Amino acid sequence: MSMTLGRRKGRPARPRTGNRARSKENRAAGLFLLPAFVGFAVFYLYPTGRGIWISLTDWNLLSDPKYVGADNYVEVAEDPLFWNALKVTAYFVFITLGVQVGVALLLAAIMVRLTGSVVVRALLLVPWLVPNVTIGLIWLWMLDANLGFVNHLMGKTGSDTHGFFASPDEALLSVSAVNIWAGTGYVALLLYAGMLQIPGELYESASLDGAGEIRMFFTITLPLLRPILALVMVVSVIGSFQIFDTIAVTTKGGPVDATRVAYYYIYQEAFTHFRMGYAAAMALCLVVVLGGLTYLQMRLLRASTSDLA
Amino acid sequence: MSTSIQARPTTRATPAKPAAGASERRSSRRKFSLGRVLAWLVLGVSLLITLFPFYWMLRTALTDGNHLYSDSTSLWPENFTFANFKRVLGLASDEESRAAGGSGADLDFLLYTRNSIVYTTAIVVGQTLSCAMAGYALARLRFRGREFAFAVVVGALMVPPIFTLLPNFVMVKDLGMLNSFAGMVAPTLLMTPFTVFFLRQFFMSIPREIEEAAMLDGAGHWRIFWRVVLPMSKGPILTIALTTAVWAWKDYLWPLLVGNEPDNRVLTTGIGVFLQQSPNARPDWTGLMAASTLSVVPMLILLVVFGRRIVNGLDFTGLK
Repeated sequence: MSMTLGRRKGRPARPRTGNRARSKENRAAGLFLLPAFVGFAVFYLYPTGRGIWISLTDWNLLSDPKYVGADNYVEVAEDPLFWNALKVTAYFVFITLGVQVGVALLLAAIMVRLTGSVVVRALLLVPWLVPNVTIGLIWLWMLDANLGFVNHLMGKTGSDTHGFFASPDEALLSVSAVNIWAGTGYVALLLYAGMLQIPGELYESASLDGAGEIRMFFTITLPLLRPILALVMVVSVIGSFQIFDTIAVTTKGGPVDATRVAYYYIYQEAFTHFRMGYAAAMALCLVVVLGGLTYLQMRLLRASTSDLA
Repeated sequence: MSTSIQARPTTRATPAKPAAGASERRSSRRKFSLGRVLAWLVLGVSLLITLFPFYWMLRTALTDGNHLYSDSTSLWPENFTFANFKRVLGLASDEESRAAGGSGADLDFLLYTRNSIVYTTAIVVGQTLSCAMAGYALARLRFRGREFAFAVVVGALMVPPIFTLLPNFVMVKDLGMLNSFAGMVAPTLLMTPFTVFFLRQFFMSIPREIEEAAMLDGAGHWRIFWRVVLPMSKGPILTIALTTAVWAWKDYLWPLLVGNEPDNRVLTTGIGVFLQQSPNARPDWTGLMAASTLSVVPMLILLVVFGRRIVNGLDFTGLK
């Protein structure tokens, strides 16, 4: 989020301080930063280096790691399961994000125009507060092939019974639907907060000029919301790439490989097959993919510039 | 923990103002129109879709397990009973439990909830304090390397957690802290890049005058921070603490890896295990839904107590 670096609040010039005051401030800063620095050094910096090292080894956690150079990366490149995992993840992210942001935009626009009720917003937020494990469990039951409520509802409209999580064709869509259900309210609230920042006068004058609600949405709301929309999208992409809990509870990567997303595959390689080196190499590849995607999105959406001058 | 979808609150306390603007806009056109009806309809249906699965969970939890298969579709619980809650909590005997369709296993809800509370509280308190200190230094103190330190924080914000997950697991294992609270909270106890970033941005936005006045009175940075800055920043600190709490409470993967002994299992991993114990061929739905219901309760309490702050705290605009 590079745009955060550039802008700095104008602050009053402070009196020039002498060397003694300067070194005192350095010492104070050291004290203030110490706990966070320890956390950063031990659990971010060191693991980053170690992760890269692990990815260059063959290691099952028990014996000593054996240096194998780039072998793991060669294997990743040739592993159809890895590419399948990337494909499945991309498909999942694309569907989830598309529907989620679309519906959230609609809900946010409606709320801005209809109601500022905290209760409505709090109710929309409930699924976000619930652990994904519980959400997975609830939907495992809702979408059960034999007794699930959704099948019951669809049966009433004359539709056949669906397998949902159990069907290779429907499993990924089902997981997507669950995540859309769980995340849309949260995204809608973020967008709602963004929409509140748009000055009301714009709508008043547009409405005097005879513009309708839909027209105003496309000519005022959407363009002015762009920077926030971009941030929401970037953060949601990163978030949905990390889908794990729901899969672990509902499909465990199956049926066949239909829902074996990247995170789940890495987890399986590391903690069921104990191939730490290979898992670390895949994790690093995922970091690179995500970094590239984030950069691309920021560029495309020009996230750091605002039209609200 | 800390997946990146964390929001940040608005540092300006504005929710009241724009809402007033919205209602002005609204009252000027408070006429019956098809569009308005349609909009309310969309909102109502969305709320229904959002909340119905929770109702269905509760309804199933209150249904007698033996009637579930015969009456799986009625909107009200068939043969209303609290037996499922009883057996999930371990208050029923194994025979009763099996008769009701369970596996005989129980959830040990109270223990896991206690563990979740310990886990969440430790992370929230440690992380918020430590990050507030760091954020203050990055926002206010002038020291060599400040810009670089901040750039590092922003950079770390971009690194997906999966990358540090494996090495951190290995480290916790090497330190002999597997299956201990120490190992579970360690990686996020002192900082996450987001919390540092968030609080630094907030401290940047508050006026310096008060601190400068305190400094003229001879107070050092340490005293100013604890006595002046922290009390002034209660709102945003509470918001970030609540966000951290929600994430820690929902956390699954890390506790699954490093805290999966009954003694330190948290609620999420506990429910995962409970699901695995449920018979595959004929899942114990009533028991599972009772467990789900129980796991939702603590978060509902949080929402009732802090609802306004959580809801109004969600705001991305502060990231600008």
